[in-house]
Amino acid sequence: MSRVKILDDLRLELARIALRHGFAPEREAAFALGESEVDQFLGGGLNRAALHEVHASWADWSAAAGFGLALARRAAPSRPLLWARPDFLDDEAGRLNGIGLAEFGVDPALLSLVRGRDAQAVLRAGVEAARCKSLGAALIEIFGAPSVLNLTATLRLARAAEKSGVTLFLLRVGLEDAQTGSSAAASRWRARACPSRALAANAPGSPGFEITLLRHRGGAAERSWRLEWLRDQGLFHQISEPDDAALPRALPSLFADGATSNLRRRAG
Amino acid sequence: MPTERLRICGGAPDDGPFALVEKRANAQRLYALDPAALEQGLASGLSLSDARARAPRLVVAPADPKADCDLLLNLAARCARYTPLTALDEPHGLVLDIAGCAHLFGGEEAMRQRIIADFSAWGFAARAAVAPSPDCARALARFSSGGVFKDNAEAAVAHLPLAALEADEDAHFALHRAGFKTLGDLAARPTRMFAARFGNEFPYRLERVFGRADRRITPLRPPPERMVERHFLEPFSAREVLDAVIADLLREAAFLLEQRGEGGRRFELSFFRADGHVRCLDVETLRPTRDENFLAQLFREKLDSLADPLDPGFGYDALRLAVPRAEKCDALQESFEGAPQSDSERELRELLDRLTTRFGRARVLRFMRGDSHEPERESRTAPVSAPPSEWSAPIAGEPPARPLTLFDPPQPVEVVALAPDGPPARFRWRRKMHDVLRAEGPERIAPDWRTQGLEAPERDYYRVEDVEGRRFWLFRHGLYERGEGTPRWFIHGLFA
Repeated sequence: MSRVKILDDLRLELARIALRHGFAPEREAAFALGESEVDQFLGGGLNRAALHEVHASWADWSAAAGFGLALARRAAPSRPLLWARPDFLDDEAGRLNGIGLAEFGVDPALLSLVRGRDAQAVLRAGVEAARCKSLGAALIEIFGAPSVLNLTATLRLARAAEKSGVTLFLLRVGLEDAQTGSSAAASRWRARACPSRALAANAPGSPGFEITLLRHRGGAAERSWRLEWLRDQGLFHQISEPDDAALPRALPSLFADGATSNLRRRAG
Repeated sequence: MPTERLRICGGAPDDGPFALVEKRANAQRLYALDPAALEQGLASGLSLSDARARAPRLVVAPADPKADCDLLLNLAARCARYTPLTALDEPHGLVLDIAGCAHLFGGEEAMRQRIIADFSAWGFAARAAVAPSPDCARALARFSSGGVFKDNAEAAVAHLPLAALEADEDAHFALHRAGFKTLGDLAARPTRMFAARFGNEFPYRLERVFGRADRRITPLRPPPERMVERHFLEPFSAREVLDAVIADLLREAAFLLEQRGEGGRRFELSFFRADGHVRCLDVETLRPTRDENFLAQLFREKLDSLADPLDPGFGYDALRLAVPRAEKCDALQESFEGAPQSDSERELRELLDRLTTRFGRARVLRFMRGDSHEPERESRTAPVSAPPSEWSAPIAGEPPARPLTLFDPPQPVEVVALAPDGPPARFRWRRKMHDVLRAEGPERIAPDWRTQGLEAPERDYYRVEDVEGRRFWLFRHGLYERGEGTPRWFIHGLFA
């Protein structure tokens, strides 16, 4: 068990005890991603009571959703989450799958789903959620660049998050190139899928994301990382191994920890 | 009533004989007539050609019993302003239980006059009788000029013609042949005789019509036990007044609930418009509550988010708040775990209540475990009011075995595989080619025989990652070894 995980667990336990005795749990102003290099670059992590944007092209929907969900899990472990998404994404990207969420490391029992008819309804639900102190984090999914999502709308979200302490993630998919529009977000990321570290028999490993920090309130410069989401530890980890993505049908690369290769796994 | 329905919608002439016809026994026969047609000696059941011969100016339209029934239901809903206990009295009547309500309208006669006046304003000629039992009232309303009958009900019924008994045709004919003219003639005879001739039901029927035996009416909506209402002399429509009245009703309802030691789960607010139209809004909460401010907020939310906004017309003259669903709710609430309920739990519930009120039950959901191993049914969504499911933790050390999203239905893809029963090497989905970098599988999932039948082909699932790092869940439908021809491939979901 990693030290980060132990610390996380202790913090949670502390929060639970505090709650049981009627104290509002003390929450730190920032949350770390778990990968020390990224956290140092960000000056300790991302702000909790703030709005963060994750941009992605349409083909990278799953990368944006995965990265956003993992951030939400980091920002508010074991606290209720809310996901607001427009109806038509259910046809285009598929319906959210409870068991898939559990497999990703988010307890589906903690997640409420709000389906909005259009972007306006989704934003409206997002604002409502942002005002609710007892929510840990909320994911607001918006497709493209609807006119309702303007500076005023992001300001409203950011202010509400500041007041309530809810961490907001605005998942903006369908943006084919980097968006320059102004926004009140504390950070803006672009997410892309990235080949995972293969497990035994060339099986896809933990979800990998190539993320680029486009903008940061703290003034951090633009920078990219390749991270994988380690569900069991609940943290991000940099993919530092040499990239074998360019070599299709590469030999099965052995995981550093050979024990994880599993007998259940069968060669394709 | 059916002719009045058409007259209101402009489907009938303003004057002159008018009738509705229906096809019965292969002939067009009159079904309902307006007063002018009745005056000309026409009667329902007459064939259309006979009727035309007697009244050449007769205008006819086809009968629509379904629309009549809808209209009757609508009228019954409007009558909820007089009493919560209203029931249909087929074919074209309504029966209202006004016990305990009449004094609110200035006595039985005043109430009867008011109801007749209201119906007349809505475009219907109504006859009404107040009597000790529903059957008695029905007979008096249909076969006399109406009025309020109390102790004199029996005497009044005795004067009614035989038809008021509404016995079947044979019985009516037989009684007529035997020389009976009025119900009083029947009452003078021993009932045993009628029972022997027309069955045991007959004397009972007679008793009921005379008001000696009572019958419970089945109200359209069972009256909620917890109900508060306000009537107004002058109709109003201003939103501020409406909000104030709602707040007032909620305060009273909260008091009512507190006295009963209850909290409401469902609140229904009915708006009675001066012209008879009734609109009903309801809100539901996840836990029993009697917090009037929160409920007022929910109703405001509901009013603001209506797809078809409230149309006040000429204003409302009554508002009613009912609590059809309530549960025990003590002053200090305990949460499921037995620990004192924390503020944060309440806050979250209130958020979900607000969202449910605004977006509807089908749009604010929680994830539930399904009862099948089939990927489509492994998990499902349900309104947040459903009890939460327990989720087992994923197997440690394994990457996610199930995708974040599922396509419903799975989408077909074109696949090139290196071996017939091997994993895909490349595939085309949504007109884009994906080269597979890594794959794991197959995970064979047999269809659920309960839903798919025993013959449904199995599915071989593969977790697949393309060179760009996107992860998909593909499956092959059917197996090569079965000789079922080329199996088809589908994409079922996306991994993060």
